[in-house]
Amino acid sequence: MASENVKTFTDANFSDEVKSGVVLVDFWAAWCAPCRRIAPIVDQLAEEFTGRLTVAKVDIDENPMTPSKFMVRGIPTLLLFKDGDLKETVVGLETKDRLTQIINKHL
Amino acid sequence: MTTALRDTDRQVIIIGSGPAGLTAALYAARANLKPLVIEGIEAGGQLMLTTMVENWPGYRDGIMGPKLMLELRAQAERFGAEIIQGDVTSLDLSKRPFTLHVEKTRYLTETLIIATGASAKWLDLGVDKKLSGRGVSTCATCDGFFFKGLPVAVIGGGDTAMEEAIYLSKLATQVTVIHRRDTLRASKVMQDKAFSMPNISFIWNTEVVDIKDLAQGKVTSLMLRNTHTGAASELAVDGVFIGIGHTPNTALFKGQLAMHDNGYLKTHHGSRTSLPGVFAAGDVQDHVYRQAVTAAGSGCMAAIDAERFLSGTLHESHEEELKMTK
Repeated sequence: MASENVKTFTDANFSDEVKSGVVLVDFWAAWCAPCRRIAPIVDQLAEEFTGRLTVAKVDIDENPMTPSKFMVRGIPTLLLFKDGDLKETVVGLETKDRLTQIINKHL
Repeated sequence: MTTALRDTDRQVIIIGSGPAGLTAALYAARANLKPLVIEGIEAGGQLMLTTMVENWPGYRDGIMGPKLMLELRAQAERFGAEIIQGDVTSLDLSKRPFTLHVEKTRYLTETLIIATGASAKWLDLGVDKKLSGRGVSTCATCDGFFFKGLPVAVIGGGDTAMEEAIYLSKLATQVTVIHRRDTLRASKVMQDKAFSMPNISFIWNTEVVDIKDLAQGKVTSLMLRNTHTGAASELAVDGVFIGIGHTPNTALFKGQLAMHDNGYLKTHHGSRTSLPGVFAAGDVQDHVYRQAVTAAGSGCMAAIDAERFLSGTLHESHEEELKMTK
């Protein structure tokens, strides 16, 4: 289960939710094994960056529009938005150290 | 040689959690060595990305790869193996106990079992990595979903490529396998399965020279070249899956352990590496067999070797060992 610091975005609210601040979105699906590997790292990041970074998940099975809009064609994919603009795309597994560096660039 | 253990030291640390790492953990745990497994970001190893495993002995109807790894993990934990998340970020093998860092946490250990495995190889084009997650993938079970009702290509001629092609044939309209040679390296049973699928076709003696279209940020086609005639062609696809083999995960050990030219760790007399007290198991040291069951077997060997090393009964050579058992 995702930690309580991690929000759930949907096709309906996605563009509103990323409009302001720094937002990290984890695109995942229940059948994706590597997604299960990155999930605890995403949870930890949400905890460590509380107040400075919004962390959210999008289930691509239930929300097909958003991944298609951002041309996500492999998961896990992490997208980082700052005030509505897409700043970073991370495809596949990445270490927590590396993700921390990427996030810090935009805080 | 005997080794005095300090309370704070681990006796065995295992890096990696595929069949080799977890089998080593199982054996080390049963030998009461309280092993610590650092599972790594690709926890569970390559089997986590496969579907049905039909060549693991004892499961006559096959077992799903992720399920097998969960079982193996639970079995190791049942006997006291401790498994932690994270990647080893640095290690010092210059003196015993060996020192490892997992991010900021330091671990000391008297013996080390390396089971870091191998990761999917990319083409040498550059463009393939740039389009990763944009239509280029090394994992059909992860990314096949995005190509429902679309044409895709699979590059390679081994078991990995055939498994990807067969999996994708249930999702994609058409799967084109592109292979450098005119025969497959894949096992007979996988070949037969692939040949029997009506929507899998083959392009032989052909290599991929470019993937389009970087400017659009997605895959639109492959530029191909026949390796015999040099003839160029273009194949329109929405996705391309690379199944051309694996490279060993040995970057951490460069300069500290002896390796073959292809980057695989050198082992001798069972699982021994070039350093006493450091053992290797599974794909990280095996560029020949690379099977789940051989990885598990070598994991068992590494655990037994580590146990003997700790108790001072690991002999310098097989000749010496033969003398002892006479």
